Amino acid sequence: MSANFQDRNLVLPGDVLYEGRIRTGENTYRNQDQVYATRLGLVNYSPDNVSVVALSTGYTPLVGDVIIGEVIDMELGEWRIDIGAQSEAVMGIPDAVDRPFRTDYVMTRVLDIGDTLIAKIVDLDRRRTPILSILGPGLGKIHDGFIVRFTPSKIPRLIGKKGSMINMIIKETGCRIVIGQNGRILVSGPNREREEMVVKVMNKIELEAHTSGLTNRAQEFLRQLKERSR
Amino acid sequence: MSKKATTKKTATRKPARSKKAKTDSWKRADGRAFDELRTIKIESGVLPNADGSAYIEMGRNKILCGVFGPREMHPKHQARPNEAVLRCRYHMAPFSVDPRRSPAPSRRDQEISMVMRSALEPAVFLERYPRASIDVYVEVIEADGGTRCASINAAAVALVDAGIPMKDLVAACAVGKVEDKLIVDLGDYEDKKGQSDMPIAYMPKLGKVTLLQMDGIMSTEEAEKALDLAIEGCKKVYEIQREALKKKYGIDQPQDKPQKELQPEEPKEESEEEPRKEEGSQ
Repeated sequence: MSANFQDRNLVLPGDVLYEGRIRTGENTYRNQDQVYATRLGLVNYSPDNVSVVALSTGYTPLVGDVIIGEVIDMELGEWRIDIGAQSEAVMGIPDAVDRPFRTDYVMTRVLDIGDTLIAKIVDLDRRRTPILSILGPGLGKIHDGFIVRFTPSKIPRLIGKKGSMINMIIKETGCRIVIGQNGRILVSGPNREREEMVVKVMNKIELEAHTSGLTNRAQEFLRQLKERSR
Repeated sequence: MSKKATTKKTATRKPARSKKAKTDSWKRADGRAFDELRTIKIESGVLPNADGSAYIEMGRNKILCGVFGPREMHPKHQARPNEAVLRCRYHMAPFSVDPRRSPAPSRRDQEISMVMRSALEPAVFLERYPRASIDVYVEVIEADGGTRCASINAAAVALVDAGIPMKDLVAACAVGKVEDKLIVDLGDYEDKKGQSDMPIAYMPKLGKVTLLQMDGIMSTEEAEKALDLAIEGCKKVYEIQREALKKKYGIDQPQDKPQKELQPEEPKEESEEEPRKEEGSQ
């Protein structure tokens, strides 16, 4: 019945986090009466469970996520889309075109191989393959902008409390930012300079995601960049 | 692998090991003590294009490792419906040894790839990613004996860096017999002139051996003693692996800072408030 680490300490796979009966949270597993970590991250003790906030993970698709993907293949009536998860996602014609289905439809007019798109996961099929849709506001093919890669587990940090971080970045740079939950972020702004600024600050956030007072430091960093470009 | 039983036996056999005094004064070709490892330097996250990566220098060995996945399995018929497939590729660069070797995969490369896979498999939660593959690519840039152990060490660090869920790290270390004496972490010279060589991979927190190979001749007692020595070596390697992984994040992590200051910026808490957000403004 004891915690082996302090809250928010860095732990590695195999570290015994807790001895005794407790619920196991994210990124942990139990072997008899010991709770181990399965990923590198920060340990989080709460009264009824132990979990680890992972610092590096892949993306696990969840229904409702807005993601950014790339069309890698087309089959009869469906697109195959790489979303950086363990399996490719699929999108059928009814999920891409809001019109009655026609067999002679030219799919490449909507999306072609190599196109990048913003989509929403509407379902996971029984093999856990994500089913995507681009019907909805803000979804669809991407025409311009930067795609930044980000660790999916750190995306809550990029958004910040009630969007504090992301709103700050948008306010400071005037760029349009779309966050894909799969760790791909679209940045499109008035000019290339501003877009590059966002890319730089995101890299900084990614590196320092586990530290405190980051929003203020990121804001300072952005202002310095703006100062320099002037 | 009953490690406890082994340690007990060696304890009772202590008198027979009275040669130890001699072993201590005896120096190896490179001046190391019999249980001394070569200097090890590990760095994690060196390849930005890989999901996870590591670079290890173990003595004069220089090895680079990249991990990809879990990702879609190609060719698809090799995928397993109940778990992920761990694929390892061990490859020595043509310039890694003198004289130059052919870059084509040799029988030895295939063996080490297989050995690495079976050494790492027990540590990975493969059942969490059905139909997927996890690919480990190991490139030996410079070889100086004990590359399979060094490769396993690098691969374990790269797997953690890739964020693949693991039961424990895997550390590997070899023990050999040279001039009738047991020595830890053989270099190339010792490997070639020695009578025996026994590489071992070990999960230190779980206390489980995942790889045990042996080449040459050892008596039963020697083999048991060698296993203990190797496990000690693996534990030392393990500490270095831990340091390497922590270094990437540890620089500005204030471990001694009061907890309350850290709390408000916690990423975990934020995730509840703003689960997913798409933002557009101009």
